[in-house]
Amino acid sequence: MNNIDLKKARAVTGAEAVANAMRQIEPHVVAAYPITPQTPIVEYFAKFVSDGVVRTEMIPVESEHSAMSAVVGAAATGARAMTATSANGLALMHEVVYIAASSRLPIVMPVVNRALSGPINIHCDHSDAMAERDSGWVQFYAESNQEAYDLTILSLKLAEDESVRLPVMVSLDGFILSHGVEPVEFLPDEVVKEFIGEPKMIYPLLDTEHPVTYGPLDLYDYYFEHKRQQVEAMENAKKVFPKVAEEFYKVSGRKYDFVEPYKLDDAEYVMVALGSTNSTIKYVVDWMREEGFKVGALKVWMFRPFPKAQIQKYLNGRKGVVVLDRSASFGAEAPLYEAVKSALYNVAIRPQMGSYVYGLGGRDILPEHIRKAFEDALSGNLIADEQRYLGLRE
Amino acid sequence: MPVNLFGLAKTFENRAEDIGLVQGHRLCPGCAAPIVVKFSLMVARKLGYEPVVGLATGCLEVSTTIYPYTAWTVPYIHNAFENSAATMSGVETAARALKKFGVLPKDKKYAFFVFAGDGGTYDIGLQSLSGMIERGHKVIYILYDNEGYMNTGNQRSGSTPTGSNTTTAPVGKVIPGKVQLKKNIVEIVAGHEYVYAATVSISDPNDFFSKIEKSLNFDGPSFIAAFSPCVRFWRIPDGAANSISKLAVETKYWPLYEVENGVYRVTRKPRQFKPLIEFLKPQGRFKPLLSRPDADEIVQRLQEYVDRRWERLLTLEEATKGKPIR
Repeated sequence: MNNIDLKKARAVTGAEAVANAMRQIEPHVVAAYPITPQTPIVEYFAKFVSDGVVRTEMIPVESEHSAMSAVVGAAATGARAMTATSANGLALMHEVVYIAASSRLPIVMPVVNRALSGPINIHCDHSDAMAERDSGWVQFYAESNQEAYDLTILSLKLAEDESVRLPVMVSLDGFILSHGVEPVEFLPDEVVKEFIGEPKMIYPLLDTEHPVTYGPLDLYDYYFEHKRQQVEAMENAKKVFPKVAEEFYKVSGRKYDFVEPYKLDDAEYVMVALGSTNSTIKYVVDWMREEGFKVGALKVWMFRPFPKAQIQKYLNGRKGVVVLDRSASFGAEAPLYEAVKSALYNVAIRPQMGSYVYGLGGRDILPEHIRKAFEDALSGNLIADEQRYLGLRE
Repeated sequence: MPVNLFGLAKTFENRAEDIGLVQGHRLCPGCAAPIVVKFSLMVARKLGYEPVVGLATGCLEVSTTIYPYTAWTVPYIHNAFENSAATMSGVETAARALKKFGVLPKDKKYAFFVFAGDGGTYDIGLQSLSGMIERGHKVIYILYDNEGYMNTGNQRSGSTPTGSNTTTAPVGKVIPGKVQLKKNIVEIVAGHEYVYAATVSISDPNDFFSKIEKSLNFDGPSFIAAFSPCVRFWRIPDGAANSISKLAVETKYWPLYEVENGVYRVTRKPRQFKPLIEFLKPQGRFKPLLSRPDADEIVQRLQEYVDRRWERLLTLEEATKGKPIR
């Protein structure tokens, strides 16, 4: 985690942090529909619009499906267009989420992670974003409010890169981050403006001198090739991201990467996770290190495209790898575990592996739970084909 | 001088590509949809607007943009089936924003059109349409109403008229096809308070043009319901779209009227009406209904229905005269 200068920081919720990133980006168009726990992002931003702090035109759409549809329309004109959502809102968008990616529109969307219905629940898990993991969007997961802010800004530059041109989701844990107050260091407005620059208009819809057709019927003679191009764009996102992260480091002093190793140098047992739980994992790593256990953590910042090479680099040769998932994949392995396990198929020395599902529907994850999972690893009690649960009554 | 047929014909003589939709598309011969599009775009062009069109998934969309070809010479966007109004809300808003930010010239005159079939309007796209109108986007939403899911082979929609034979509500031994009435979409749209809504028919071009012109001049959302015969599934000859449209107007099946801010105006009042059966009989889609022993009774009920609707329309016209909502 990047150190924050408390003298320069303000105590804000994740929602306020993200809304301020949006204020500094000042998109041409924001179309959004309120849903808990994303609502405060839209509320803060609506106030910016209402007070004339930004010139953005806001569309108070009648559903998330229309939010993503309007954003696709706006982005096709070359305008910067954003939205934000959670859970069922994201599920309702699903159809158009795919269209946004295949139309190669560089839309940035904060996703405030919340459990998908049913049963209905408003609290954090990753089932919403995970349901979109094959949609063709780049996906980041933030550990803190600072990261949610930084990644929103950084994502815009990545999305708009000419070799990428893909939409990006910035996931932040519902309530834990969106409503939790943390110190956040904001960049000066002009620094953000300069960092993101002016958008490049590529085939803008409103250029009547050069009319273009967006969204044609694409049958068996071309569809496949277009899908192949999307695969390539995702690969390009992997190439471009380090450059964008480096530029961001120059203006902010904060480093971002595909993954973040924590006390990994001599670690024999490593825990892998997404999002805010990494803070608790780090706390447990420190706690257990004090007792002499060689444990460490690997936070996955970018989940799509999946940073296979980095996962291999950091996990090859470890004794045990424990993967924590805040969502289940019914009838198959949990999504992060499946991806990490698959990445380790080819490494020289495969670690023992264990899958732990935790925190569904906002169930609290405690240091003791995490310690228990580490202890399973330390005692050689990991079974690669077994899914275990933390904090669950059975 | 209002836009008229001869004026437009002269303007676009040998300049077909300037209209916006050109030949080479794969719509059925005799389909009314491209006529609806061309009538609309010609007026916008003639009055100095740059049309930008958004389409809902449907016949018009799949037949005009088979990659790598496009029949559109104006900016075009298709997103999905149910969201053409939301998509164009985004496009129209982006145009305003880009003007505000100084990216586009402030005096650029765009005309934003949606073209959507009845499935994408009455049914799956109704919410998106309602949202667009309620928010007041300056978009002209043009429904080409062929009264069913014709692109996928004649399934029943909320617009399919009573008794029409469709594959999902076929006229059977027990059930006489669709038993419900066609939704009154113009009334639904007019209920949004600040909107210009009208019906048009290709058989009355000058009425059609003047309503497009009104839409362009209206400072808010417009909705045009265009009667759009489907030669394939209405089971009519290739050349019959115009005559069937004419019969629809002459039998009170498709009255030509407009609602502007709550004020109703019937724009065409034929001195004499033809009986509804004259509209039903030439169409194969009503043949199974008309072959039933209870056909006379059903047709009689439908006749009473269109009569009452016409009376109601005249009453609304009288009641709302000079009383706009705003």
